[in-house]
Amino acid sequence: MATLEHEQPNPLVEGLERLPVHPTMLVIFGATGDLSNRKLLPAIYNLAHEGALPERFYLIGTSRSEMTHDEFRGRAREAITRYSRRRPDDRVLGALLEVMHYVPGSFDDASVYERMAELGAGFDEQAALPLNRCYYLSTAPAFFPVIVGMLGGAGLDSHEGAEVRIVIEKPFGTTLESARALNREVLCAFEESQVFRIDHYLGKETVQNVLAFRFANEMFEPVWNRNYIDYVQITAAEDIGVGTRAGYYDTSGALRDLVQNHMLQLLALLCMEPPVAFEADKIRNEKVKVVQSIRPPVPERVSEVAVRGRYEPGVVGGEQVNGYLEEEAVPQDSRTETYVALRLAVDNWRWADVPFYLRTGKRLARKVTEIAVTLKPVPHLAFQQTDGSVGVQQNQLILTVQPNEGVTLSIGAKIPGSRMRIRPVNMEFLYGTAFLSQSPEAYERLIVDAMRGDATLFTRDDEVDALWGIVDPILKGWQNAPEPVARYAAGSQGPAEADRLLAEGHRWRAI
Amino acid sequence: MAGDLATREGDAFLDGVWREEGTTPPRIEAAMRDLLNGRHATGEATVPARVLNLIAIVDREWRGEVENRLERVGRYHPSRTIVCAVEEGRTTLDAWAALTEEDDPAPGAIAVAHEQVEVTVGPVHLAHLDSIVDPLVVTDLPTVVWAPHGHEEGVDALLALAQVVLVDSGAEPDGAEALARATQLAQSAYVVDLAWLRSTPWRERVSSAFDPPRARPALREISAVTVKHHPDSGAAALLFVGWLASRLDWEPAGLARQDGAQHGCLSAGKNAVAIHLERHEMQVPGLYGLTIETASGVSLTLERGQGGLRAHRRTRRGQESEWTVMGASRGEAGILGEGVRQALLRDPTYRPALAAAGVMAA
Repeated sequence: MATLEHEQPNPLVEGLERLPVHPTMLVIFGATGDLSNRKLLPAIYNLAHEGALPERFYLIGTSRSEMTHDEFRGRAREAITRYSRRRPDDRVLGALLEVMHYVPGSFDDASVYERMAELGAGFDEQAALPLNRCYYLSTAPAFFPVIVGMLGGAGLDSHEGAEVRIVIEKPFGTTLESARALNREVLCAFEESQVFRIDHYLGKETVQNVLAFRFANEMFEPVWNRNYIDYVQITAAEDIGVGTRAGYYDTSGALRDLVQNHMLQLLALLCMEPPVAFEADKIRNEKVKVVQSIRPPVPERVSEVAVRGRYEPGVVGGEQVNGYLEEEAVPQDSRTETYVALRLAVDNWRWADVPFYLRTGKRLARKVTEIAVTLKPVPHLAFQQTDGSVGVQQNQLILTVQPNEGVTLSIGAKIPGSRMRIRPVNMEFLYGTAFLSQSPEAYERLIVDAMRGDATLFTRDDEVDALWGIVDPILKGWQNAPEPVARYAAGSQGPAEADRLLAEGHRWRAI
Repeated sequence: MAGDLATREGDAFLDGVWREEGTTPPRIEAAMRDLLNGRHATGEATVPARVLNLIAIVDREWRGEVENRLERVGRYHPSRTIVCAVEEGRTTLDAWAALTEEDDPAPGAIAVAHEQVEVTVGPVHLAHLDSIVDPLVVTDLPTVVWAPHGHEEGVDALLALAQVVLVDSGAEPDGAEALARATQLAQSAYVVDLAWLRSTPWRERVSSAFDPPRARPALREISAVTVKHHPDSGAAALLFVGWLASRLDWEPAGLARQDGAQHGCLSAGKNAVAIHLERHEMQVPGLYGLTIETASGVSLTLERGQGGLRAHRRTRRGQESEWTVMGASRGEAGILGEGVRQALLRDPTYRPALAAAGVMAA
């Protein structure tokens, strides 16, 4: 594979915020699908608006729907106008639509790939240089192996004088076995350095801020270990139900939908050792080490570390809402979990014996994603606890990912008055008060990173394997010894059964 | 709210705006605190933005125009804006202060507020403007000074207080003088130059055009650079060429002026680079287009166009192609907003470019 980018540095890039992206042909498989319409095409428009696309850029959309180039452009215009985070500029949108093309056909049809190659050759000629190829798989997961195999079979896995990359959407597998099988298929056609497994959560500014918070501040690292931290909670709560996603969701459930990827990624960022440099493999090496340190649950004893739940009818925002089984397209005999709580242990020097509590669910009291780090109590308490105050509480550090992104540190403070009475108060930092710029959508960042070949925010094969290594035993435990799915009222804090995971003295934070 | 806020004799709060004639800096500062306390007392979840202090020194008669420009900055609005409006003959201070929230925060989101202060001062105050402004800035936040109507004396007085000076070399009739002033300011503070920011998309495009490994060697073969610019944006053109010179190790040299254009020749090792800066009538300040040619016959032309920059390339074999490099115009409000944003960043390439531009302009 070509590594021409490294031959001679470009002296003009220093000081520029937007680094150049090699001229690229981006191919979106599943270009008429929901993700493409809602996220990918609007993200590409916003990149065009900001001048962040490559100097020479072409886009090919492909899917089974029969349509002409112009019909595809019409659909793209509609999707961008509807879902873009900014109102499109007609002139920029017009220029972008001009470079969009469409190839209809089935993903297992060799002629689709031939037409793609022909178009690409024409683009190379127009640009008078070989364009990089970036294949974005935004299809149902069942097509991933098919497309990868066809690309390899058609010789589209490499291109003389240019780079070829493939972006694969989540879910990457549905079990450890299927993830490994998919990895094998992908790595038959492509080298790992060409593969960009996307988890859009890592493209969020506030998730990346976890790294900045930990490794750009001297004051927290000395206490970031088992000596000072009592326990950690990671919460990803949603107030909405499954909505129109029931078809997908019922085959997935909360564990696969959020824990296997987003929440374990947060845990990895929170627990990893400091990387030597902010470079893709140096960061990913540290993340993999942490994930591999998480003790895999034993399937036969899964109930000791995991609780699953399902929402029942309840009241949200003053309105009566359906339970999961009453939602449209949900089978009446469904045992899919809409809530999961876990207690995990990271078996390494830094984190031994620190419980990590993870919980996620739909139709909970409110929407919030946060990491709460509770520090150990002070070793000796000099203050009276029976003085009519709340008293000294353990310090908590809350990293709020959404909404109201920020950092809160609870500390003990004296209540004004003649007596020495203490209660917890919050030191609060809100990103919105310090950074007035609008954050780009996660997909904007990730699409550019993939085109530039920067894999820092993408998941490596061994990382995928390690993540499934934690989740797979839980799925097997639930499958083999099915305990009843706990129930919780919509709009509540989740099932009471989740309390059994907590060690003595620990408690779930209010959602 | 006015009743809650009127805590001291003589204070005047009306509709959340405090005003006082013949005031003093400590009274203005106290009023700012009262505005926030008053907002909290009414139970409103307001959090003041804490990004930077922007001190704008303006002619009083043109302050409305400057305030309008700042309002259009949108999401890059500084957190505390202190406008020092200079009025001929004035010897006392008048002031008003207000706390303005962003419109319609999302449900559940915190309302972020910006603080505005306007102090009417006289020319007599400029030499010691720091003694008036110092109590009004939020301590520990970066402080930026911007004086779009001159008032260099006031800027100089604030250099010990401010970390950043916002200038627009392109707004001065004499480009050489503007670059010399920016060079002088850069000795004491970090300079954010709007003329430099107007050239950012051009610098990004040129950098991209020569980024493919096969194209990079052509950077060492550049034989001519032509820049077309707004008649008042000579400084922007000089900064662009200064950037190329400083990045590519060209030896800067003075340019000759002829009929409004500037011409010259820079030494690039064994090669020479012909420089042509030409005026071009256009609506907005900044660059209109540029052409970079190499000794081997390669050329790249970028010009303003619909939906981005129109690019034209000729390869060494004579093959020609045209395309649009996509990107929306930021407009002048966008440039000012970008200036505010850049005040919190550091671009290491501006000062070398400024130094080279200064030599070419001399």
